[in-house]
Amino acid sequence: MSASDEVWILGIRMTKFGKQPGLDTVDLAAEAAMGALSDAGVTMKDIGVIAAGNLMNASAGIGQQLQKQIGQTGVPVYNVANACATGATALRTAIMAVKAGEVDYGLAVGVEKLAGAGLLAGGSSKKDDDTWTPKGRYGAVAPVDGRIGTETMPGVFAQIGTEYGHKYGGTSFELFAKISEKNHAHSTLNPLASYQKRFTLEQIMNDVMIAYPNTRPMCSANCDGAAAAVVCNGETLKSLSLEQRRRAVKVSASVLTTDPYEEGCQVLPNVNTLTRKAAEIAYAQAGIAPSDLNLVELHDCFATAELVHYDNLMLCEVGGAADFFNSGATWRDGSTPVNVSGGLESKGHPIAATGIANIWEICHHLRGEAGDRQIENAKVGLAHVIGLGSACGVHILEKSAAKSAV
Amino acid sequence: MAGQIPLVDYLVLDAGEPHLVAQECTNCGARFFDRRNACAGCFGTEFSSVPIATEGTVRAFTIVAFAAPGIPTPFAATVVDCAGTQVRANLINVTPDPEHVHDGMKVRLATYSLGADSDGTEAIGFGFEPVS
Repeated sequence: MSASDEVWILGIRMTKFGKQPGLDTVDLAAEAAMGALSDAGVTMKDIGVIAAGNLMNASAGIGQQLQKQIGQTGVPVYNVANACATGATALRTAIMAVKAGEVDYGLAVGVEKLAGAGLLAGGSSKKDDDTWTPKGRYGAVAPVDGRIGTETMPGVFAQIGTEYGHKYGGTSFELFAKISEKNHAHSTLNPLASYQKRFTLEQIMNDVMIAYPNTRPMCSANCDGAAAAVVCNGETLKSLSLEQRRRAVKVSASVLTTDPYEEGCQVLPNVNTLTRKAAEIAYAQAGIAPSDLNLVELHDCFATAELVHYDNLMLCEVGGAADFFNSGATWRDGSTPVNVSGGLESKGHPIAATGIANIWEICHHLRGEAGDRQIENAKVGLAHVIGLGSACGVHILEKSAAKSAV
Repeated sequence: MAGQIPLVDYLVLDAGEPHLVAQECTNCGARFFDRRNACAGCFGTEFSSVPIATEGTVRAFTIVAFAAPGIPTPFAATVVDCAGTQVRANLINVTPDPEHVHDGMKVRLATYSLGADSDGTEAIGFGFEPVS
């Protein structure tokens, strides 16, 4: 083994997202992992490191649980957790090991069973004490979530959207709903999406309001799913078959950031700075500009989030996200197709799987295997996830230059 | 008369002049509302308590329809810019709907009672209400 600056995704798989009552967490992880191994043309014997994430049961050691089902080979396992950026974190971990030449092949897996989970985050509902007693770092005498602002995800991300409107203008309930309309429309072409139903703008705006302006279809879909990828470096790839080299996808950038201190960032999470920073580093690593991207899979945990990330990922000019969306640029027939998979709103968001699943979508197009929803001549794609706390993962992927035989 | 206790220790009740206070880093001026181990901005470990302006502008808002059990909905959650310091709060004394709540509104600190405990101590919470 030797170190190499070049990193490749050799094999990758995502399961169908949706309700899977007959499959447990390890079933889903195994389906994705065994699928990725098969796609890569390697076996568990070849894997030198495993990075795995499962947020709902973060302390249960999903990596080892998976090994017990698909291959206990004694290799190092890193169980990782970074909220919604867990999948990208798992991939980053495997990439670091192959880049350093420590192992030939790394396996990254993300899995979640979230169908029917309902509202996530937000304060606990424990009963108030008999007497008012200050507790915790704020000396709170009662739970503050709902009394002092909101900690629920739809509410936090709704504020992130309205804050953008306050700074730059151009936003409205209708604009955010149109973003959701786009993603649901895109999902009708994706057989692996949790929901494949088109919604009209009126249906979206009249659906159940969760946290204004996010109605139910504008929120990421809780579902079950898993995704996994096998990575190797450029030295290893040289020794593989032409077919493996042709279908391998180059990882031109693999970046993880956390949110730097800014005034107010501990009052309302700032998802902007760390995303922009991750994007800047990624474009520099890859040596490409945003205009070179053929498609983007970004973190639309809520329709309000997608808008701000157009700006953060530098797909448009600063403050120009509303105009950019309104120009039609981010529909699948536009200049910068965003979330042609259906995004988190429609494809679904099994949290730890998402960071690898959106990379699967990019790879699917770069390999020319996306069928009905293929973005023509896709050569470069960007995948983005962000988890509150916070952590942001950005990967830039490029089509292999290797030609097929004949 | 039974005493009063604030919902959080950064709300100072001060005999009729309630206001919020922040821990301000003596090195870089960063302000925080919680008990600190150090400054997240410059790693400094010295803080002083500073009062926060009681009037401000709504910078971000949402109207939450689903919340933890025991929290009445809908309610308007916001971030208020109080002379440069961001404050998380609910908007109170206003109908929580898009017709009455919008970003850019001028608001001011207001308090309300959470009721008395078994000792008769009244807990006081805060929010921001529209400046009429």
